[in-house]
Amino acid sequence: MSFSLNGAEVTLPGGSSLLLALREHGLNGPRLGCGEEACGACHVLVDGVSVPTCALPVEAVAGKAVITLEGLGNEANPHPLQTAFLAEQAGQCAYCLSGIMISAAGLLAREPRPSEAMVRAALQPHLCRCHSHNRILRAVMRAIA
Amino acid sequence: MNLAFHGTSDDKPRLPGSLHVNRMLSQWLEFSAEGFVTARPGKVELGQGILTALSQIVAEELDVSPGRVRLLPATTGQSPNEAVTSGSMSVQESGMALRHAAADARGIFLSVISQRSGVSPEDISVEDGAFIGPAGPLGSYWELAGQGLLEAEASPDARPKPAAARRLVGTSQPRLDLPAKIFAAGRFIHDMRLPGMLHARMIRPPASGATLIDVAPSTARLVRDGSFLAVLAPTEAEAETAAQRLRPQWSPGTGLPIDTEAWLRHAPGEDSVVEACGETAAASISREFHRPYFTHASVGLCCAVALWNGDTVQVWSHTQGPYNLRADLAKALGLPPENVTVTHAEGAGCYGHNGADDVALDAALCARAAPGTPIRALWTRAEELAHGPQSPAMLVRVEATTDAAGMITHWASHVRSNGHSGRPGRGAVATLLAAPWLADGQPMPASINPPVAGGGGAQRNAIPVYAFPNLHVGLTRISDMPIRTSALRGLGALINVWSIESVMDELAAQAGQDAVEYRLRHLTDPRARAVLEKAAEMAGWPGGAQGGGMGVAVARYKNLGAWCAVVARVEAEERVRCRQLWIAADMGEVINPDGAINQLEGGALHGVSVALHEQTRHDGSRIISDSWGEYPVLRFADVPAVTTALIARPEEPPLGAGEASMAPAIAAIGGGIFSALGVRPTRLPFVPENL
Repeated sequence: MSFSLNGAEVTLPGGSSLLLALREHGLNGPRLGCGEEACGACHVLVDGVSVPTCALPVEAVAGKAVITLEGLGNEANPHPLQTAFLAEQAGQCAYCLSGIMISAAGLLAREPRPSEAMVRAALQPHLCRCHSHNRILRAVMRAIA
Repeated sequence: MNLAFHGTSDDKPRLPGSLHVNRMLSQWLEFSAEGFVTARPGKVELGQGILTALSQIVAEELDVSPGRVRLLPATTGQSPNEAVTSGSMSVQESGMALRHAAADARGIFLSVISQRSGVSPEDISVEDGAFIGPAGPLGSYWELAGQGLLEAEASPDARPKPAAARRLVGTSQPRLDLPAKIFAAGRFIHDMRLPGMLHARMIRPPASGATLIDVAPSTARLVRDGSFLAVLAPTEAEAETAAQRLRPQWSPGTGLPIDTEAWLRHAPGEDSVVEACGETAAASISREFHRPYFTHASVGLCCAVALWNGDTVQVWSHTQGPYNLRADLAKALGLPPENVTVTHAEGAGCYGHNGADDVALDAALCARAAPGTPIRALWTRAEELAHGPQSPAMLVRVEATTDAAGMITHWASHVRSNGHSGRPGRGAVATLLAAPWLADGQPMPASINPPVAGGGGAQRNAIPVYAFPNLHVGLTRISDMPIRTSALRGLGALINVWSIESVMDELAAQAGQDAVEYRLRHLTDPRARAVLEKAAEMAGWPGGAQGGGMGVAVARYKNLGAWCAVVARVEAEERVRCRQLWIAADMGEVINPDGAINQLEGGALHGVSVALHEQTRHDGSRIISDSWGEYPVLRFADVPAVTTALIARPEEPPLGAGEASMAPAIAAIGGGIFSALGVRPTRLPFVPENL
């Protein structure tokens, strides 16, 4: 199955969820949390839209552009959200943050100046069981400031 | 709650925290010629930021820059045995050990450099690890590394810096582990990929007490021992598919008590007196409170990696207690403990005794069936919610008597619950999930309650923070354990603080007094008064202008830890929502204020989730709340605003932050509901059917 992954063309075997195919490919960003599209840990951007990948067949992204946390930025060249999350220390265990930063990135790409209510709505699919929600909201607002 | 440190009755001079039972300095610290100091705590990173706080303490006492401190993950056989990372005790036990060890190490190096140089110690300062005399540098930790100077027992005479001299401790420092997690650098145990690794998935009994009768041959590689059943495959996707396709035959289950509340009321158990002073009297108020089972529900799935080699096994685990896990793995596997090595690897958020230890045995059992091949075992969401340890359902009765002025003269309560601790490593029989299912397995031991002096379990915080002249607190630990129970953040404090505060609210109202004023009239503890007054001031108590209802609660966690007061503003329409929380906490010395606030706010919001959303449900046969749809938790739309204030007490011992706010948050929401609706809740969660 061929698609663009973080800007590079890849061909991954079909027959599994996109999440497990990405992890088998060596990525750490998308994380398994439930397998039922209910926690948000596995989100990636597909053609700019944040979607869960734990139940999405890898075939569904053929020819599309997939961005994972690795594709947002890195330590040398961080995405503004990554910088803001570090500045706000927005997280505790950080397991949920990959999916959350992906959804925030998807929101900012279509709405550069979202209100806090819009950020909350975009993050509603995501669970944070360490309950760092308020820091996460502040971090996203900081990234757009 | 850390039983390793209770009842130690040796005749050695007392050393702080875990240093008392791990006395060699070289167990804790090692300097390298390259300019680093390695600290080796036995406590583990659970997402709470403990490694960052510990590195601050070490850098402070050694007078080195924080960047020179490296922390090794705890591993059995190498790290000091600090038992379990639990009970908000890590700064007290590990932090105070490292503080003393580092102060002692600094003193030893200073003394050696002074002797060699002839410069008096008073004339030598330490700057980023370099020892500087009046005429210039005299040496450094790094130059003297490898000379065995730390091959010594810590001296009780070492003197850490006084509070006023601390520069790094007490300041907010960024989390050391966060960048790797923000940049997907592969720091989670889930990201471990070893050459040739196989993936394991387990197949669990479909009903409580069911046993495996038979399983048809499969194209997948099966691992079976008694009723433990797993599949191994080269990829996660193949392992998942193989596990789903198996159709094993199970015996019928043994059933679960249908009516949990009736079972709690009548099931036989061990009775004990938690606290008794003064006399008893006829009650003028008697109330009963109920809470359901609920569970950890971490976003991440429990995971472990194991590699069997000859008659030894190496296990990587996000356990809270590597040595405790090792002890139970050894029991279940029939190995001497020294043949089992457990190395900590970071997992998703941990809020108590979840399935981390259980999945380590799953991985080890699979590894035993595939020697030489690394095995990565991962739970499913359903296993997380339905097979991991549950926080026990509880029933609490509170009775009180007041005088003519409305002041409380007599207080009596009784707590009925299963035990709150089934942690591994403490008894003769392993308490890991799969252990009883093995062909030679023994029944799961009933969980216990630690004594009050160790923080208690079901009875945690059953003794009110208030000064009542006559007090009786009783406990029944129910003997039969139909659902496996263990420690979850706050343990019994969650219902005990709520039940106490609910009755306090009701008695205040009966006396026609303000809820804060009424509490203050019964509070002699100055630090409890201070947090209560602070939270009330922050919230503009009694509020009213913003609509909804306001509730307030105060407690001292475990009656030994941090003081915390919470004010909650709730709105009640078709369901109850918490809109705002104000938290005031006194946790003694604070190592990293930003980290402490993150913990306090996280604990309070966890309380919101428990108060308004969470309950484990079963159908008499098995737990059915095994998906996020069936086990809802707090989400972004319902997260209240939170304001937190720390009352600074740098001269006082540190008391922990992770659990202090959760019970007061639940209790304050309960009070807010009465203020908004005029209904006093007596059953958690505070969902419409319980109000």
